[in-house]
Amino acid sequence: MLPYRGVARTNICFAMELTLDAIARKVGREPWEVRLQNLVPAEAMPFTNPTGRVYDSGDYGKSLRMAVEHLDVPAIRARQAALAAGGKRIGVGFANYIEMTGHGTAAFVASGYAFIPGYEQATVRFTPDGGLEIRAGVHSHGQGMETSLAQVAHEVLHVPLSRIAVVLGDTALTPYSTGTYASRSITMAGGAVARACAKLKDRMTRIAAHLLQASPGEVTLVGGRFHGPVGDLALREVAQTWYRQPHRLPNDVDPGGVEVTEGFKAKADTGQFAYGSHGALVEVDLDIGEVRILDYVVVEDCGRIVNPLIVEGQAYGGTAQGIGTALFEEMTFDPNGQPLASTLADYMLPGASEMPQITLMHIETPSPLTEFGIKGAGESGAIPPPAAILNAVNDALREFGVVMNELPLTPRRLLTRIAQAREAVGDPPAPDAAPAAGRAREVA
Amino acid sequence: MTPAAYDYVLPADVAGAIAALVAADGEGKVVAGGQSLGPMLNLRLARPRVVVDVSRLPELRAIEDRGTHWRVGSATTHAEIEDGALAVAGRPCHLAAVARRIAYRAIRNRGTIGGSLAHADPAADWVLALTTMGASVTVEGPAGRRRVACADLMVTTFTTVLAPEELIVSVDVPKAGEAVRWGYAKVCRKVGEFPSASAAIRSDPDGCRIYLGALGGPPQPLAREGETLDTLDRSIPALAERVGEAAPDLDGPDRQIFTHCLARAIDQACHA
Repeated sequence: MLPYRGVARTNICFAMELTLDAIARKVGREPWEVRLQNLVPAEAMPFTNPTGRVYDSGDYGKSLRMAVEHLDVPAIRARQAALAAGGKRIGVGFANYIEMTGHGTAAFVASGYAFIPGYEQATVRFTPDGGLEIRAGVHSHGQGMETSLAQVAHEVLHVPLSRIAVVLGDTALTPYSTGTYASRSITMAGGAVARACAKLKDRMTRIAAHLLQASPGEVTLVGGRFHGPVGDLALREVAQTWYRQPHRLPNDVDPGGVEVTEGFKAKADTGQFAYGSHGALVEVDLDIGEVRILDYVVVEDCGRIVNPLIVEGQAYGGTAQGIGTALFEEMTFDPNGQPLASTLADYMLPGASEMPQITLMHIETPSPLTEFGIKGAGESGAIPPPAAILNAVNDALREFGVVMNELPLTPRRLLTRIAQAREAVGDPPAPDAAPAAGRAREVA
Repeated sequence: MTPAAYDYVLPADVAGAIAALVAADGEGKVVAGGQSLGPMLNLRLARPRVVVDVSRLPELRAIEDRGTHWRVGSATTHAEIEDGALAVAGRPCHLAAVARRIAYRAIRNRGTIGGSLAHADPAADWVLALTTMGASVTVEGPAGRRRVACADLMVTTFTTVLAPEELIVSVDVPKAGEAVRWGYAKVCRKVGEFPSASAAIRSDPDGCRIYLGALGGPPQPLAREGETLDTLDRSIPALAERVGEAAPDLDGPDRQIFTHCLARAIDQACHA
């Protein structure tokens, strides 16, 4: 496998989930049942695993059951029995995953890294015109962080999103940061923005209370305005007072003003564990070695969802990438070491036509460790597809005793293994008579 | 991914295009849709000194109904054929079905039938389909015009019998009468990808033409003298043997894929 989004996670998930299917075959049980029996139960949360990582929250069994129910395994078993002859087989496969997101100091120390991330910081400040600026050292390369971080600030300060500017990634303009990686930005930078905004809100409330001739406890921020016992004030007016009419400020005003830098580190920083289950229904063409995904289900839980559109985009995109890992993407070399896939004309990526209709379902279990219960979501989608798809293919090929365990699953690999398995049991490829009618149109 | 510098020539007619190719003295390249030459220029696999654009030459854009066959201007796009430019009695001819599955629509909008033949990619759809249909091309060069059967056009990968200053002007495609049965199948790893195997069959009461494509050279004929769809042994083992004879270099998995691809083309012809 190539260096990749969710690097290492996909490989580990692949090894574990194919092993679980091997166990299920050995003991003659449904693979999903074996999984369900071995999952950490919801009652055990938070659960400290043998390596000291804390699974902070979630209901792993519920996630798997949702995926199993969606694909309707008993119906698939009945269809399989009906397909027992002919050139095609179908199979169903599942894979669970956890995604350690936003893992921090303790996790990196335990892994022996040379550099250790600590508190992630963000600066928020009101501008004289009442706009809000967010400055963070993490970087958005297309995942919509500008929107998500602005939403976090809005949650605390009720500033309209159109009045929030987000500056990312340039430490000449932002606090230092170890950057964007490990699905950490929304929990870490989001946490820092939330805390900075809370502090800013407190300072602004004190100024507003003075201007409204009330005590801070009597003033509430609702819909972007401070309301006191008598009268109210816009956030903008408080910001303008700081910048333009400092003579109206209270004597004990915080000299830090309307600009705050705060940091965030989770209470237990071995990560917040997003998790979920993928299920695939595939059809294997025994003649040409083609694998088609007939149905695909994703159940995911990344804690409190900040922006559903962005989280779903990550889930769909990650799943598409995982399908590429499972069936298409490969870096090949000739015997002299020349790379054979050095352009996108040679390196095979899945396209829209290769995508199944993906059913995406959410569970929303807040993390007890973060602001608002947020967990990361960046890599989840790409982790389990190879495992789920190969488990489904192996389920389809059960009668041949074929177990595919190499990525990507190419027609060549598939046909080679099926031929070997048939040869081993002295069953040469069936000499069917004339090709069956109506199959030609289905050739890709 | 930018091409080396070249001179771009936009001739007014076929004679002008030939003159430009002659002047380029072997270092000229003809471009029409640019869907193959474009990437090759960008990767600098092709470094012509002169590129002659024939995509707008009226003669190359014309489609004529000549009774027994179509004369298709070589700069006719795949999309135009897909959309029924060669319709018979309001129904698109079977070239439309071939065109519809060439790469993606964006490529079909620009790629041309003559360009595909001249480029001579072994996996190209037109190379296989037109060879199997018994089509021929009209080629013009400094010495005048000549006809070349599509079956004789391609020498090997990316190489044809065309001289550097010759140009495919049109393609003559025989019309399929009522008695003709046609099948065309390809196996692609993904939609729009070059096929890893392709096969085509054209059969009428007098005999049949069967070719395999995507073999790393010109299409390979499979049919025996006087064989018809009805006398052909269509069992998988028999077809596997025929594939093995036509393409002895294929190993087990590839031979299996080609065999079933061929079976599907034949099956289509049987049910046409």
